[in-house]
Amino acid sequence: MGANGEGKLPIRMSSTGSGRRILHRICGISLAVVAAALLAAANTAPAAAQTAAPAAPVVNDVTPANPDFQQIRIGYVEWKEKSLTLSLSQNPPDDLGVAGALSAIRDNNTTGTFTKQEFHLLVEPAKTLEEALAARQKLIDQGVVAIITDVPADAVLALADADADKAGILFNISAKDERLREEDCRANVFHIQPSHSMLADALAQYLVWKKWPRWFLLTGALPADQEWAEALKRAAGRFGGQIVEERVYSETDTARRTDSGHVQVQRQMPVFTQNAPAHDVVLVADDSEIFGTYVPFRTWDPRPVAGSAGLIPTTWTPNHEQWAGFQMQNRFGVLNTRPMQSLDINAWTAVRMVGDAATKAQSNELAKIREAMLDERFSVAAFKGEKLTIRKWNHQLRQPILLADGFSVVSVSPQEGFLHPNSLLDTMGYDEPETKCSF
Amino acid sequence: MLIKRLALLMCGVAMTATPAAAYTVYISNERDNTVTVLDSTTWEVTDTIKVGQRPRGITVSHDGKWVYVCVGDDDTVEVIDTATNQISHTLPSGPDPELFVLNPEGTMLYVANEDDNLVTVIDLETRTAIVEIPVGVEPEGMGVSPDGKYVVNTSETTNMAHFIDTDTHEIVANVLVDSRPRIAEFKADNSEVWVSAEIGGTVSVIDVASKEITQKITFEIDGVRSEAVQPVGVKITNDGKTAYVALGPANRVAVVDAETYEVKDYLLVGQRVWQLEFTPDEKYLITTNGVSNDISIVDVATNEVIRSVGVGSFPWGVAVSPN
Repeated sequence: MGANGEGKLPIRMSSTGSGRRILHRICGISLAVVAAALLAAANTAPAAAQTAAPAAPVVNDVTPANPDFQQIRIGYVEWKEKSLTLSLSQNPPDDLGVAGALSAIRDNNTTGTFTKQEFHLLVEPAKTLEEALAARQKLIDQGVVAIITDVPADAVLALADADADKAGILFNISAKDERLREEDCRANVFHIQPSHSMLADALAQYLVWKKWPRWFLLTGALPADQEWAEALKRAAGRFGGQIVEERVYSETDTARRTDSGHVQVQRQMPVFTQNAPAHDVVLVADDSEIFGTYVPFRTWDPRPVAGSAGLIPTTWTPNHEQWAGFQMQNRFGVLNTRPMQSLDINAWTAVRMVGDAATKAQSNELAKIREAMLDERFSVAAFKGEKLTIRKWNHQLRQPILLADGFSVVSVSPQEGFLHPNSLLDTMGYDEPETKCSF
Repeated sequence: MLIKRLALLMCGVAMTATPAAAYTVYISNERDNTVTVLDSTTWEVTDTIKVGQRPRGITVSHDGKWVYVCVGDDDTVEVIDTATNQISHTLPSGPDPELFVLNPEGTMLYVANEDDNLVTVIDLETRTAIVEIPVGVEPEGMGVSPDGKYVVNTSETTNMAHFIDTDTHEIVANVLVDSRPRIAEFKADNSEVWVSAEIGGTVSVIDVASKEITQKITFEIDGVRSEAVQPVGVKITNDGKTAYVALGPANRVAVVDAETYEVKDYLLVGQRVWQLEFTPDEKYLITTNGVSNDISIVDVATNEVIRSVGVGSFPWGVAVSPN
């Protein structure tokens, strides 16, 4: 079939070309991206907003392409202290997250050609709490209706508390800290990023479904790793797993690149993991990127690895293609020269939530957009096979979690057989009866 | 094949007590790149046709001579000659075609290009793309009004039904519906178009004259969580009295009174039911069940699922010959 298809290709190309020419003739006025012409076209055919596809959006460019459209600005505070990963190929690109937000701006603007709304992204960098607060103020002064925050938990809280009446919209797209959804929750913060407990529960359900219930847990020594480990231990208790032993990897820093390369690692990891009780899986809790990547294929006993390495619970992987994920990967690929990552889809989802809420509210006012987003029926589609909704008790986005091995999506949780009276998605994370959050 | 068909036809004549005519049913199997051919009297698989990569949207020409299949990963529409069950030629569909609709005259094919936010119009006589119409993000469902006046396209991320005037190829209305609209299906009298929203979990009934939503149908099934209720395929009987809605991973087809918009029943079919098609005599409704690799046959008179038939891997679309 491939040969057949290729043989027809030139014909298809030329006919598509002539098709384009005809199209230009038919709706030449609206295709010419001139405001006056647009208005004229709108006058003759009021409902026919048949404009060309919006141009690739650019950060911090607020010049309206269509001045008669409602203008909607979305802010983004980008933490510039990027942590490196042990894996060279996984190191964060400079535009991680921002590229996802821009991709959603373009999707919003395609819809906007029909709803007469136009979206822009404003990005401010920050490295400290003070800079983050200054960035927030700068964005608000420019009239943003929502701010996406790719910042640590303390900065999320500071930004949230700078909004005295908590009537704004902040999207937390990176901090997994449980406390932001629990005792330190804020009514103006919406968590796109799943918490540690949601990720742990997603992984635990799958391991229990596989009937691999005995887990040997390797934990990093830094606070984020400890919290991740706590979530995995809690998940074991919830779903019938068993932590046969927890071992702490005491190093708290590491040089990512050394000339001796694999030689030492190959010898250290077996020693670190030897003499463990019988186990089915090695779980790694290493958010801090100190040792996790070095665990697979180097353990004393030959066992699969999951958690921070091996089978990883996440919101996205470049291999996700179900439920139109393929189309999302392609759209992202047209705008960028790298694959889409989890922070990108988190930012994409946040911008799309503003887009959907603005479409439903038919407004560019913060209060109306927020009201639409908190409506009982509000949901967002983000290539996970079902609607994503907001947990009313802590403003966490309810979502299926992908389990990825770097080459394919191994599974998507929740798993069959784990039941819940309201939503199966609420089998992951702290549920309403358990929450410490109150707004 | 011709002989086989003649034989079946003769069988049909011999069994005049059973008025069911013999139709040929074509199922596109998304995963194994085949089209399964079945006979509607025996429900036996009579042939399996190897096609291009990722076949999804499928339709039969009004004279029954051609089967059109969107093969998305090959960026083309393949045309099967039903006399030989061989691929005869391809059509310039534009990139990643997923679903399409044939106009009532059978002269134009309207294709949704999921990756390019376009609807491509193909002249079947000259086999050329004559126009591309920019629509919302991820165009998917394509419905044509029986009078040929409008084509309605749904865009899955923009969440709209776009009304395209088939004379001018201009969009004349954009109707906001619920999340991930999948299918647009007109009533035979041109009065309404029904649009299913997979993630929103609803079917919007749009009045064609005013282009406004007049009804929103929701579905509640005991023991099935609301997230699993994902309406996709919609079919309405010619008399406009009964509609069938495929509910995806809820594994059920809803039977809806198309005059009162009340859901009358839920029929248990195979897993992840997406697309539906009647036999032309409306005696049977065929459903494609993607996850269980089979199709279910519903007896329309009794609303009973009378059997299921194994087909290829991930059955997606279904089309039935007119004769």
